[in-house]
Amino acid sequence: MNNIAITLHNFIIENFGIDINLSLAISYFLIALIFWSFLGVIGGLLTFLERRVAGRIQSRIGPNRVGPQGIFQMLADGIKLVLKEDLIPALADKPLFRMAPYLCVIGVFSALVVIPFSSDIVVADLNVGVLYALAITTMVVMGILMGSWASNNKWSLLGGLRSAAQIVSYEIPAALSVLSIVLITGSLSMQDIIRAQGAWPHQWFFFHNPGTFVAFFIFFTSALAENNRVPFDIPEAESELVAGYNTEYSGMRFSFFFLAEFANVFIISSLAVIFFFGGWQIPHFLISENHIITNIIMIANFLFKTFVFIFIVLWLRWTLPRLRVDQLMTMCWKYLIPISFICLCITASFVLFFGGKSMIAVFIGRITQ
Amino acid sequence: MREDIIQYFRNIKYAVTSVPKGMMVTLKNMFREPTTIQYPDRIPQKIEDTLPLNYRGHLEVEKEICTGCLLCEKFCPIDCIRIDVHKEETGRVLHSFKIDMAKCMYCGLCVPPCPTDAIRFTRKFEGSTYDIKSLLFEFIDTPTPVYKPNRDKDKKEEA
Repeated sequence: MNNIAITLHNFIIENFGIDINLSLAISYFLIALIFWSFLGVIGGLLTFLERRVAGRIQSRIGPNRVGPQGIFQMLADGIKLVLKEDLIPALADKPLFRMAPYLCVIGVFSALVVIPFSSDIVVADLNVGVLYALAITTMVVMGILMGSWASNNKWSLLGGLRSAAQIVSYEIPAALSVLSIVLITGSLSMQDIIRAQGAWPHQWFFFHNPGTFVAFFIFFTSALAENNRVPFDIPEAESELVAGYNTEYSGMRFSFFFLAEFANVFIISSLAVIFFFGGWQIPHFLISENHIITNIIMIANFLFKTFVFIFIVLWLRWTLPRLRVDQLMTMCWKYLIPISFICLCITASFVLFFGGKSMIAVFIGRITQ
Repeated sequence: MREDIIQYFRNIKYAVTSVPKGMMVTLKNMFREPTTIQYPDRIPQKIEDTLPLNYRGHLEVEKEICTGCLLCEKFCPIDCIRIDVHKEETGRVLHSFKIDMAKCMYCGLCVPPCPTDAIRFTRKFEGSTYDIKSLLFEFIDTPTPVYKPNRDKDKKEEA
């Protein structure tokens, strides 16, 4: 039972007795609806969290008027953006201009398919999950390039080109650092990666060996850069490019770009948790007979870890200044890629010599001998 | 070549050490009390009370101690003070003392010449209004005789 859509499908077949194909369609549609709205809410919540954290870091208060502690600020913002006029420049390439934000959103939201929230709750546990997640999030670059080209605006185009260069470059260190995880587990499936880890910190891949320890930081940095977050937000650098690729966008289309960015923050944080911090793994004494309670604890554990990383992403944003374009490329090609190769070699030799045991297990083994 | 390699590792060390340092600074800031207040509706005390005592807000006139010397009117560089003093049987009587706060530039030149400190600054500053005429302050509602300092009494007090 590793696919909730199939579970729902079986439930519908047993209870309502409708056609198999129709039931499959209904169950996948329902699951998609639930998960996409979940990510939409998370994205909205992050816009609010970002403003609150920014306020507190800058010794301000931040938005706190709409609802308790301002939690409904996202609804107010959303309603405002929906009601705003949706401008399309006269000389823009209209079909491309309209399509670009949706491509961005699809690219990010589709990555949710392989993210396991608990041992049972995952839309599809693909056997190429890691590959899928890395590949589908790169679809964002298509949306960004399309939108920037179709805007017929030099700031947009410059931002789009920068973004393309950045995302394509940083894909390499991200993939290389994940590769060291794949070396240990020997599987590309997300669930297998999580099952290979444990609930306690010493069982996490973060502490597996020195290679994975460094690989995490490389993965996190390159994931941030892929997401065009500060300090890697040169595609939308306000002081240089007005707003980069979304200069000409307004209203709902702009908010789609925005939502894609914030949903991507959630995706990269959850990927970091899955690859390096044990995902939904909970200690044995918390696993109860009741299946539902166990799953809820797993989801809570996973979301808690993810939100820690989301907070770090926001925290980084209000700490570090923006990099220059040449610094960005230097960092990727001269530093991150060689270091991630070295990490890969370290992990490979570690797996070869110690038979896949983590460094703490090896250490304890040496002591107890 | 060798220098470059040393610089390469120095750069890595610098990045690894400087980023956490910067992040600690912002984290410390995060747990500090916010220095801003939620003006105008959610404030712990009246905003006037938080201002310094020598704040230059709106002008006010205490008509009981105004001597009608017209010094403030003469000192005002943009003529926003207009005083009407008439001579009657009982002596000089103040009929109107108008200050146009819309014109006033808060230079404070009218305050020091006043012999009795009748004209002075308050800490009120919220002057926004729908009608600019409401910023024309009139301090005399009924005709008031000017204040006459009792020189003998003052001398006795000084002595």
